[in-house]
Amino acid sequence: MPADRGIATKSLSFQDEAPHWGSIEIQEVESVLELRALSKHYPSHRAVNGISFALQRGEFFSLVGPSGCGKTTTLRLIGGFEEPTSGEILLAGQSLAGTMPYQRDVSTVFQNYALFPHLTVEQNVAFGLERKRRFGKRDIREKVENALALVQLSGKGRRKPNEISGGEKQRTALARSLVVEPKVLLLDEPLSALDPKLRKEMRSELKSLQRRVGIAFLFITHDQEEALSLSDRMAVMNRGVLEQVGTPRELYQRPASRFVAEFLGGLNWLNGAGVRPEAVRLSRERPGDGSRCLSGVVESSIFLGNCLHVQTRLEDGAACVAELPQNGCQFEPGEAVHVFWRVEDELPVSGH
Amino acid sequence: MCSGESKTNYQFPGTKVGRLRAVFVAPSATVMAVLFFAPLLIIVAYSLLSRGPYGGVMHPWTPENYRRVFDPLYGQVLWRSIWIAGAATALCLILGFPLALYIARAKRHRTLLLNLVMLPFWTSFLIRIYAWMFLLRDTGLINTALQELHVISQPLPLLFNTGAVILGLVYGYLPFTVLPLYATLEKLDPELLDAAEDLGASPWSALWRVTVPLSRSGIIAGCLLVFIPCVGAYLTPDLMGGGKTVMAGNLVQNQFTTARDWPFGAAASLVLMLLVLAIMQILRRRSEELL
Amino acid sequence: MYAAAAYLFLYAPLAVLSVFSFNASKVAMWRGFSWEWYRSVFHNEALLEATINSLIIATVATIISTAIGTLAGYALWKKRFPLLTNSLYLSLVTPEIVTGVSLLAFFEWSFRFLHVQLGMHTVILAHISFCLAYVVIVILARLRTFDPALEEAGLDLGANEWQVFWRVTIPILLPGIVAAALLCFTVSFDDYVITSLVAGVNSETLPMRIYAMARKGVSPDVNALSLMITAGLGVFILLAGRLERR
Repeated sequence: MPADRGIATKSLSFQDEAPHWGSIEIQEVESVLELRALSKHYPSHRAVNGISFALQRGEFFSLVGPSGCGKTTTLRLIGGFEEPTSGEILLAGQSLAGTMPYQRDVSTVFQNYALFPHLTVEQNVAFGLERKRRFGKRDIREKVENALALVQLSGKGRRKPNEISGGEKQRTALARSLVVEPKVLLLDEPLSALDPKLRKEMRSELKSLQRRVGIAFLFITHDQEEALSLSDRMAVMNRGVLEQVGTPRELYQRPASRFVAEFLGGLNWLNGAGVRPEAVRLSRERPGDGSRCLSGVVESSIFLGNCLHVQTRLEDGAACVAELPQNGCQFEPGEAVHVFWRVEDELPVSGH
Repeated sequence: MCSGESKTNYQFPGTKVGRLRAVFVAPSATVMAVLFFAPLLIIVAYSLLSRGPYGGVMHPWTPENYRRVFDPLYGQVLWRSIWIAGAATALCLILGFPLALYIARAKRHRTLLLNLVMLPFWTSFLIRIYAWMFLLRDTGLINTALQELHVISQPLPLLFNTGAVILGLVYGYLPFTVLPLYATLEKLDPELLDAAEDLGASPWSALWRVTVPLSRSGIIAGCLLVFIPCVGAYLTPDLMGGGKTVMAGNLVQNQFTTARDWPFGAAASLVLMLLVLAIMQILRRRSEELL
Repeated sequence: MYAAAAYLFLYAPLAVLSVFSFNASKVAMWRGFSWEWYRSVFHNEALLEATINSLIIATVATIISTAIGTLAGYALWKKRFPLLTNSLYLSLVTPEIVTGVSLLAFFEWSFRFLHVQLGMHTVILAHISFCLAYVVIVILARLRTFDPALEEAGLDLGANEWQVFWRVTIPILLPGIVAAALLCFTVSFDDYVITSLVAGVNSETLPMRIYAMARKGVSPDVNALSLMITAGLGVFILLAGRLERR
């Protein structure tokens, strides 16, 4: 860790921006990005409807939600590509109203990377630095080299975007956006264009990258697994409105609404309470330890490799899915079983 | 829905549209205004004036010129233009359809074949007409060859007649039927023809009753692309027809140069233009109905 | 079978012309191989002057049309300007003879105030007028496949609108711009109808010369010239096609 930090601080000179873990400097706990009642209305619909949240320095924050919920619009509002209908965006305390994208100290990684096809990887990464005119040629070259090293693309600088793979394109886009040292990095579903295996690899790389660099990441995705695994804090968005903001654990274990509960994982409605499949147990005999219990008939048992998904049809006609360890008791379709769970595992959400 | 909106390209915020209009659009708009619309307005004005003593224009204002255009003497020029253009279009369709069909059904090199069709068009139009003149005139290749071979004793009048004009037009605009026909035929499902033959239709009848009706939009597009330029043709009737076949374009040119009757020429040119626009509207409406 | 005949029909006249450009005799009968007509072309002063005129006109008209046409196409891509679009479309469908006489009338009328004559400059202006639509069409077609996120990325990284236009949009658009320019050059170089009306006395172009020679009779110089021009323009068009595909 110290060695990584050494590289980060030496090459990208984040000293002024990033928090120093364990340093004695006293920094104001001012959020680096704050949205206040931000709205974007179109004639046909309200894409973003009065959302508010704050991003802390050095935080990995995800914004999750289904397609069309307004998360990309939110990103574009912060980036400066759309003008809000109402509300405020504050970057390090300063309002961004009326500023153009090139005047804002935020950087965006686009969904399809938007790498300039006529420039090499190096030239792509250098683009933002050249615009600023603050650095000499040698400085720029050094910064570019360090940025490429950071994303593990050293030696590929001379290639053009059409000569590199999807994962390399994504890393180029990251390097390009990070080398200008923004206060916040906005990522628009950066992993969705990759194939599933590459996606999982890139996830951990992305997380460690963020840790090393210390810049706040605002990460947009529709994949709840990504959000849960990567974020320090996250928010669930639905139809232009924020349903809940908090840590992944908070959102998963204490969802504020039915939507959040169902979006972040499987959910069964048993006796009017929400119970996660992994908290549901099946048994042939009635459990006598005072847990809640219902009876039903097994409909199907699906082997998923690392676990078993058993679907049961209950007395009242509702369906229930239980996630069981794959080496435990096996159940056959047609068997009569007892479905039980602990009271503590019920989610504090009201079912309809 | 929401992601669709965000993917529209970044519009400069309100204040910058002014600069967009000023710097980017103004030069072209000026060119159009000064070098296209203003001249048309002048022509409209001239068409309503009278012929000047030395060939210019002068008062009084009169609609006489338009009356003359529709005079039987000149009216037949318009009519000739229409039927020659029609004949050329029909021939282009008849000759172009099998070719387009062939390319659409080709297993390989479709783009190459298509480009080979289009390539002659993009070289000099004038030279292509001249090439035919070289072949067809009394002292041209065909006549000379036939005479040398003692097939004929006198040269055949292959050039300087209406037939030659139509030939020239067909040669010039054939690629313009092939292109849209190919576009429609390429999208046709070959299984439709198989089905027709399954049901007992001969290949010929399958062609007529299945392929042709289904490619109607391509046929209309082809008509549009050939008929419009042919109606206003000038070079082809002038060179291939030797000045004997007078079409609307020749009439207009003649009035502005030799005859020096500018007002009449102006009226004739406007009538020609309106004719072209009218036909275009009709054909476009037909193709829109199909869609 | 039929297709072969069709292609033959399309190419035969030009092929025959090319072959006979090497004919050692004026008569349309093959008498032997000769470069005579090519030599004659290069010694024909009027022809050379006309060629130079055509080249100058086409070059200037192309540069100007491509420049303002590219700007217009870009603006039209960003925002609708129906008046401009419709006028460009109208200029494309108007018969050449109508465009030609209207420009002639316009120039003659304006010369009452400007004290100028018909000449190269009027031809150039006329060519710009009808080439503009071609350029805009090619540029718009090219822009249809341009990812707007590229411009946004440029803005995001700190470049303002002008810088994005020059450093991102134009370089990526360059093949399309060159293709438009080549098309423009070809159309301008070959134009007869409009040029003949607005050219005036001292600015004869190559098509005008060819027309005069074609009217006179069989002129083998024209055969040689035809092959050279066809080959030249053909190369141009092939280049344009290659660039557009890239």
